[in-house]
Amino acid sequence: MAWVDAVVQGVLLGGLYALFATGLSLIFGVMRLVNLAHGDFSILAAFLAAAAVAVWSLNPLLALALVVPLMAALGYGLQWLVLDRLLGRGVLPAVLVTFGFSVIIQNGLLEAFSADSRRLNPGGIETASLSLGGGLAVGWFPLLTFAVAVLLLGGLQLLIGHTAIGRAFRATSDDPAAAALMGIDNRRLHGLAMALSLAIVAVAGIFLGIRTTFTFGSGPDRLLFAFEAVIIGGLGSLWGTLVGGVVLGVAQTVGAKLSPGWGILTGHLVFLAVLLLRPSGLFSPKRRVDA
Amino acid sequence: MSLLSVRELSAFYGDFQALFGVSLEVAAGELVAVIGANGAGKTTLLRALAGAVPGARGAVELEGRSVAGLPAEVLVGLGLVLVPEGRKIFPSLTVEENLRVGAYRGRPGPWSLARVQRLFPILAARRREPGTNLSGGEQQMLAIGRGLMANPRLLLVDEISLGLAPLMVKRLYEALTAIRAEGTTLIVVEQDVSQVLAVAERVYCLRKGAVSLEGVPARLGRAQLAGAYFGT
Repeated sequence: MAWVDAVVQGVLLGGLYALFATGLSLIFGVMRLVNLAHGDFSILAAFLAAAAVAVWSLNPLLALALVVPLMAALGYGLQWLVLDRLLGRGVLPAVLVTFGFSVIIQNGLLEAFSADSRRLNPGGIETASLSLGGGLAVGWFPLLTFAVAVLLLGGLQLLIGHTAIGRAFRATSDDPAAAALMGIDNRRLHGLAMALSLAIVAVAGIFLGIRTTFTFGSGPDRLLFAFEAVIIGGLGSLWGTLVGGVVLGVAQTVGAKLSPGWGILTGHLVFLAVLLLRPSGLFSPKRRVDA
Repeated sequence: MSLLSVRELSAFYGDFQALFGVSLEVAAGELVAVIGANGAGKTTLLRALAGAVPGARGAVELEGRSVAGLPAEVLVGLGLVLVPEGRKIFPSLTVEENLRVGAYRGRPGPWSLARVQRLFPILAARRREPGTNLSGGEQQMLAIGRGLMANPRLLLVDEISLGLAPLMVKRLYEALTAIRAEGTTLIVVEQDVSQVLAVAERVYCLRKGAVSLEGVPARLGRAQLAGAYFGT
């Protein structure tokens, strides 16, 4: 039963990882941009929520309503002002600039919020659990996280598959020059993609902050897990990203069950195994994403 | 008044100058052919008109309004649409989605999904397949249909028949007639001179990035055309 428990907890943890991974996957898919500051943006969102909680004594779940639009606006602005100039010159310029963002965000957070670790307290839900019988119990909060991940991924899938904006995302991903000839403003669309990416990772960051403690330097680990989830699931497949998150989450919880120190390591090993055996991921879509 | 008026248009790719002061006029409802040898600047001319050549110089007016220097996505909104060389069908989109992307700007006009599908029935029959599954000629129909979905006042069609089977070319030319019947003005770049001159009201021949001859096809002699085309 303990093993079943580990798997169930892993699946729910996978929902959180999928939330981290979705935005990363989206902007890579739309504009071939690798955002090395993705994890740091999530931690920035968590600190913004912590600040809102401290100033207005909000519930951190309510702070979502404040922080998510703020992060979306930040994403649109950064894309418009900085990142869009880097596109079409290969992957490296964006990697260097977003690495710079990562350093700036971490040091900014250290300066503004000190090196103390924090946690967001939503007032009880984080410890409440639902008994499934047989000694199994799942926490309400991990369940909520998983449900939110499924809803967001489903919503994003609908947006990309069935709306004019989604078609434009795919068109600009295929061929930005041809998309412009169809009347698509690539810069605006890229801004929207980055806004969506940071909005989703803001949700992930705040959920992370409720689940566990975080410090100014928690971002890069999150980035690594997000990358692993994306690669395991298969680039360009949103549901694959969820599966990738789940595989990573289960590997980590089962590994930790084997020995408390092995959780993260097992996750990395499973990631490496997928990379060796199925380099295009478990759910590579019919269309290949040319990196 | 001309629908499109171009004066002294020059275009560059880096240090290389591709167009040298091209001037042309297109009246509403006309079908104008642009012919010329390889490298004469036909494609560059259309791309520059569509806002896809950065740094092009010269005056371009659409219905009396200066549109020089505007980017492609804005020009589409004003009704100036290019069907690009090589068709540039979006591979991740189905046939129908490719058409719908054409309507992204939502310009009102006679062309709708149903109307385009009636013009090219194959695009309805294969609407759920990836756009790039179609044959070359069908992809050209899709590219033209996608351009029409933007409800252009002026549709620029580059290399309309290049590499296509004669039957397909015939169908595409029949479609041009139907498109004109809706009041859409056309500039068509074509390698197959006799084909396009049979339907065009006026023709511009380009040579080495400049207009070498302009006129009404019926009144131009063979020798005159050959001279303008080859520079003999």
